Amino acid sequence: MGAIAAGCRYYFGYPITPQSDIPEYMSRELPRLGGVFIQAESEIASINMLLGASASGARGMTSSSSPGISLKQEGLSYMAGSELPGLIVNICRSGPGLGGIDASQGDYFQSVKGGGHGGYHLIVLAPHSVQEMYDLTILGFDLSDRYRVPAMLLGDSVIGQMKEALVPHPYEAPELPAKDWAVTGKGGRSEQKIVKSLFLGDGELEAHNWRLHDKYRLLKENEVRYEGVDLDDAELVVTAFGSTARIAKTAISMARREGLKVGLLRPITLFPFPEKAFAAVTARCKRVLCIELNAGQMVEDVRLSVTRDADVHFYGRPPGAGSLPTPEELLEQIRKYYKD
Amino acid sequence: MNEPMEKVFGHPVSLKNVQTHFCPGCQHGTIHRLVAEAIDHFGVQQRTIGVASVGCSVFLYGYFDIDVVEAPHGRAPAVATGVKRVHQDRIVFTYQGDGDLAAIGTSEIIHAANRGEKMTVIFVNNTTYGMTGGQMAPTTLPGQRTVTSPYGRDVGVDGYPIRMAELLSVLEGTAYVARVAVNSPKNLLQAGKVIRRAFEYQVENRGFSFVEVLSACPTNWGMNPLKANERVESEMIPYFHLGTFKDIAG
Repeated sequence: MGAIAAGCRYYFGYPITPQSDIPEYMSRELPRLGGVFIQAESEIASINMLLGASASGARGMTSSSSPGISLKQEGLSYMAGSELPGLIVNICRSGPGLGGIDASQGDYFQSVKGGGHGGYHLIVLAPHSVQEMYDLTILGFDLSDRYRVPAMLLGDSVIGQMKEALVPHPYEAPELPAKDWAVTGKGGRSEQKIVKSLFLGDGELEAHNWRLHDKYRLLKENEVRYEGVDLDDAELVVTAFGSTARIAKTAISMARREGLKVGLLRPITLFPFPEKAFAAVTARCKRVLCIELNAGQMVEDVRLSVTRDADVHFYGRPPGAGSLPTPEELLEQIRKYYKD
Repeated sequence: MNEPMEKVFGHPVSLKNVQTHFCPGCQHGTIHRLVAEAIDHFGVQQRTIGVASVGCSVFLYGYFDIDVVEAPHGRAPAVATGVKRVHQDRIVFTYQGDGDLAAIGTSEIIHAANRGEKMTVIFVNNTTYGMTGGQMAPTTLPGQRTVTSPYGRDVGVDGYPIRMAELLSVLEGTAYVARVAVNSPKNLLQAGKVIRRAFEYQVENRGFSFVEVLSACPTNWGMNPLKANERVESEMIPYFHLGTFKDIAG
């Protein structure tokens, strides 16, 4: 819904649990709006169709879940190298391999650290509610178009299958740079438009890469988003993203009722990571508890971001059936590290 | 009495007047020209978008004066699908080699053809991976020596050369499928006609058109251009028969 509100009219995908609701919805809605829905022969084909549509100047998207996202990595690297915008929704499932279909945050590294070859970044957004799925979908398209960096919406089967109230705010299109780089056919232009990622000239590729990294720096400066809850007087800062943050919020309010001064720092943009927010909060509060539904991934970025004298603790479980923590389980962890 | 003379032959407008990087005797340059002539014939240069593949043909944008998207290895038909679905009134073609189209990109070509994407595919078959240095391709002939089949292609181990044109012609989604060669004046003239017809199918919005072009790779075959050209006739054409395998217009 967010995608359609944002004017996305091109969807290319392939069925995989637990995200098949997205292609099912798009296959019904897009043809009515004069858009294009293609169920591709593979994840590889669908990301490349997105590459083609994006190179043509259209706002398009694909969606998948972990094993399918692995297959898309080649295309993502090419899109990053060719500076093509586009939205990729990853409703994460548990791995490695075929793993399982349960909620997981096991693909933080894959999403945030590049995933494919060549040392690029995606813009990575982590919604923790249905409302944010909607809002961040729209934001993802806008940021992606503004920076010409592909954007990934990283959810899991809890967020992906959740039913809750949603206010579908009408889309207010921001002012975005014209897509004057897109292929359209020359149409009388004297110069060609070429969308490519091959740079063989002397120094050409290095310059291209520095330019990409300059954009990543701008993203870090301008586009970091996070939510802070009860941080001002916190003696322990809990950090978590996505569905885990949702459970952590409940645990924190339980802890507050017990008189424990606990706050939450929830990264919404995983790339760019809220490095400065962690540095700022740990200038005062020296205890951090990072909770993830994996064996420890985002915690590495937390450790890199906090002040040197802060203690970063981790609580997490590898994804799989029954590994979703309860608020009580997290409360116990909060009590444990609060005392330390 | 000074009637202006009609210009009957010239450099194609769609082709830049530059020297190619291709090896001596390579037929990519010839095939590029035939494609450019077809684009010029229909006057569609200003609304044509090319999709380049990975291999010797990756520099498509350096030779054609048109808009070009570069696709990952084998994925050109999927990329072209995205382009054509956005720009339905433009002419979209891919230009792919045999490693690209018939090995790593088999899935993409079969499904783009099967969907009947209204695009044109130019498939250059020279029985080897050219750019990477002459390795065995899916089209390498039985017994042919390459750097990864040093004892000759053993069909018992490596399987058989794939006849892509025949394979695609049986799909309901294809409108026009043909194979040509450019090794003789006669074949060259025929190849020009066939490539033009393939673009005609797209100009008329009739469906998916595919032309396989047999091509010489003297460098990787270890032959001089003349011998390589003879090999096209004596070894390739007997296995990869020339002709039209599908034409929905009859």
